[in-house]
Amino acid sequence: MRFVRVPVTPALVALAVFASIVGGQGNAVAASAEKGKAAYIQRGCWQCHDYNGQGVATSNGTVIARTALPLDAFRSFVRTTDGAMPPYRLAVLADDELDNIYAYLQSLPQPKSASDIPLLGEARTK
Amino acid sequence: MAKKDSSPKLNRRKFLAAAAIVGATGAVNPAKAATAAAPETQRRLPSALPPNAHVAAAENGTPQMPSHDNGTPGSDFMVDVIKTLDIKYLPANPASSFRGIHESLINYGKNTMPEFLTCMHEESAVAMCHGYFKATGKPIMTLCHGAVGLQHATMAIYNAWCDRVPVLIMGGNDLDAAHRAPGVPTFHSAQDINAIVRDYTKWDDTPVSPQHFAQSFVRMYKIATTPPYGPVILSLDGGLQTEPIRGDTEQLYIPKFFPSAPPQGDSGAVKEAARLLANAERPVIVVDRVARTPNGVKLLVELAELLQAPVVDQGNRMNFPNTHPLNRPANVVNQADVIIGMELSDYWNTVNGFIDNGNEGIGQNVSKLKQGTKLISISSVDLLTKSNYQDFQRFQSIDVSMPGDAEATLPALIEAVKSAISIDRKDAMSKRGDAIRQAHVKGLDATKQAAAIAWDASPINTARLVMETYAQIKDVDWSLVSTAGNTSNWANQLWPIEKHHQWLGWSGGYGVGYGAPASVGAALGNRDLGRFSVSIQSDGDLMYAPGVLWTAARHKIPLLAVMHNNRGYHQEVMHVQRLSNFRNRVANIGNDLGPIGTSIMNPDIQYHELAKSMGWWAKGPIVDPADLGPAIREAVAVVKSGQPALVNVLTQPR
Repeated sequence: MRFVRVPVTPALVALAVFASIVGGQGNAVAASAEKGKAAYIQRGCWQCHDYNGQGVATSNGTVIARTALPLDAFRSFVRTTDGAMPPYRLAVLADDELDNIYAYLQSLPQPKSASDIPLLGEARTK
Repeated sequence: MAKKDSSPKLNRRKFLAAAAIVGATGAVNPAKAATAAAPETQRRLPSALPPNAHVAAAENGTPQMPSHDNGTPGSDFMVDVIKTLDIKYLPANPASSFRGIHESLINYGKNTMPEFLTCMHEESAVAMCHGYFKATGKPIMTLCHGAVGLQHATMAIYNAWCDRVPVLIMGGNDLDAAHRAPGVPTFHSAQDINAIVRDYTKWDDTPVSPQHFAQSFVRMYKIATTPPYGPVILSLDGGLQTEPIRGDTEQLYIPKFFPSAPPQGDSGAVKEAARLLANAERPVIVVDRVARTPNGVKLLVELAELLQAPVVDQGNRMNFPNTHPLNRPANVVNQADVIIGMELSDYWNTVNGFIDNGNEGIGQNVSKLKQGTKLISISSVDLLTKSNYQDFQRFQSIDVSMPGDAEATLPALIEAVKSAISIDRKDAMSKRGDAIRQAHVKGLDATKQAAAIAWDASPINTARLVMETYAQIKDVDWSLVSTAGNTSNWANQLWPIEKHHQWLGWSGGYGVGYGAPASVGAALGNRDLGRFSVSIQSDGDLMYAPGVLWTAARHKIPLLAVMHNNRGYHQEVMHVQRLSNFRNRVANIGNDLGPIGTSIMNPDIQYHELAKSMGWWAKGPIVDPADLGPAIREAVAVVKSGQPALVNVLTQPR
């Protein structure tokens, strides 16, 4: 994994841990964004959602960086999905790994605005 | 089988026998060699002895050979035939089964029209023909070696078949089992080499006389270039190439080629389609390979503006400008009441969905259509359906089906729609157009914002990869010749694609290994037209037959290849993960990132070094996105000087 350089700052990690405890809707766990990053790679989330959760706009790998789903809803979806995404059941992904992945996704930085990226200003313009 | 010359002149078979005898007399006589060396046997002898007088004479002298002046070789006449059709290039891997015509092409034909380009794999040669046609609209030809070379070529031929591209193939073969050389040449011969590819070629033949060849070559050119286009093949007997033409016993002629008019949709069906479209509330135009020529783009724009209808371009050709406000994504079919699909490779999948979510390997089918939606089709492929290979896709019931060429039918359809639109519909159509324009603007904003996520990531975001590339080529007359691998279609979403040559489409059959050679073929055509060629080149695709890099350098074909190096066969990464999850098993990734058998790492391939070793300018691996723009800028300067250049970039998966 020497090429994966996800910008996880200490402040973001702390924020993510806090968010996952507070935002867990009664299922408070001391989730770790750093461990979540490792699990995200190890369990193959990156395969459809890319290394930074940016997903693929044209395909089934949706954007999951800073997902708006509450933790419980996130857990439920990952465990039971029968759509394009295959389910990750307990035998494949432990509960703590799942929570850590959630923390990692919440720790990812807010994306830039497209209008602040000059190269995207040239996108599909005559 | 060529009819054998019964005259007393030396024919090909007798010549070969005589040559073998002469060769034997020139061989080293072991007894004499041993005698000459006898006085020196007490000393340590070198491993190779200097030649004695007998051997030296045999090696350096001119052996007595029978006269070769037996008349015009059949292959010279074949070259005369080929030259009538203005075929500019012949990429091929050399082989003994077509040595007769090879010699005629480069000596008698002076290696022009066509020019022989040295290839390192038959699959590369066919894919070069494929890419060249899509860049230029002109077919070129290749030669394959009997059974084995043609076996190498098969995947590329299947791609050309599925992509409806004319490729002219001639396969050398030695039919005469009583006279052909034993051993390897016989291993490489077959009764009917064309059978190998008959399921996915439009026509084939095995000529048995020079005149038969002339007819068949012109015929195959005509068939290949009549829509629906497709690859064609002639089996070329070795004897027919090498034996002399039988003097005045035959009056040879070369049939003149006249192109066929493309087939058009039935006039009654065109009127009915126009009536449905003109009266629809939410008509949608879906296109895949409509624009065979730049004029197809103009016609499609005219139809869309006339109807004020959204256009979904599925992208196997550049059909419709993505900057046009009526350009819309695929999901607009969900609300349609009339859909016209033109030259679609998969109509069923256009109006239905498939979710690969079944534990038993059977997915879920979902209709995208509202009840009562009318479907119209214009497709030339309906005129050419075979049985074995399933490129015809699932069956879709169509209300108005027109087997015919869409581009050729569009003028009649446009006139019929003009006649069918009533004045009281025009206001509603105008409002519909305004709504589509607003949706187009919103859609573009959303696409840009999606591209901005993880913009600074390393490995490099694929949206950034394509936009850093675009920034360096936007001021030249560029042609995006291929995007091998999955880069989330970012180039097609973000680059302003307005000209027919700015996007050449995908492979057709989705056989991996198309991208690199097709890009080189397209770049060859673009070179002669003064265009700048750029490809997004994936790692797995390049490694199928990387020897085409050498061909590009050898023949000075300028091409900018920007690597999408995600170090895996990524589609398969996801498939194995999916099955592991369905079966409730943790995917075994070994020491890699993806499931075992799907990664291209440990060791990582240094594609820039690979390219350099074959004569390319190359740079990499680029890991930091800040380094990407400057590296591509350097590469662009090299390509402008007439050389190929590659930038190896470590990327996100998709």
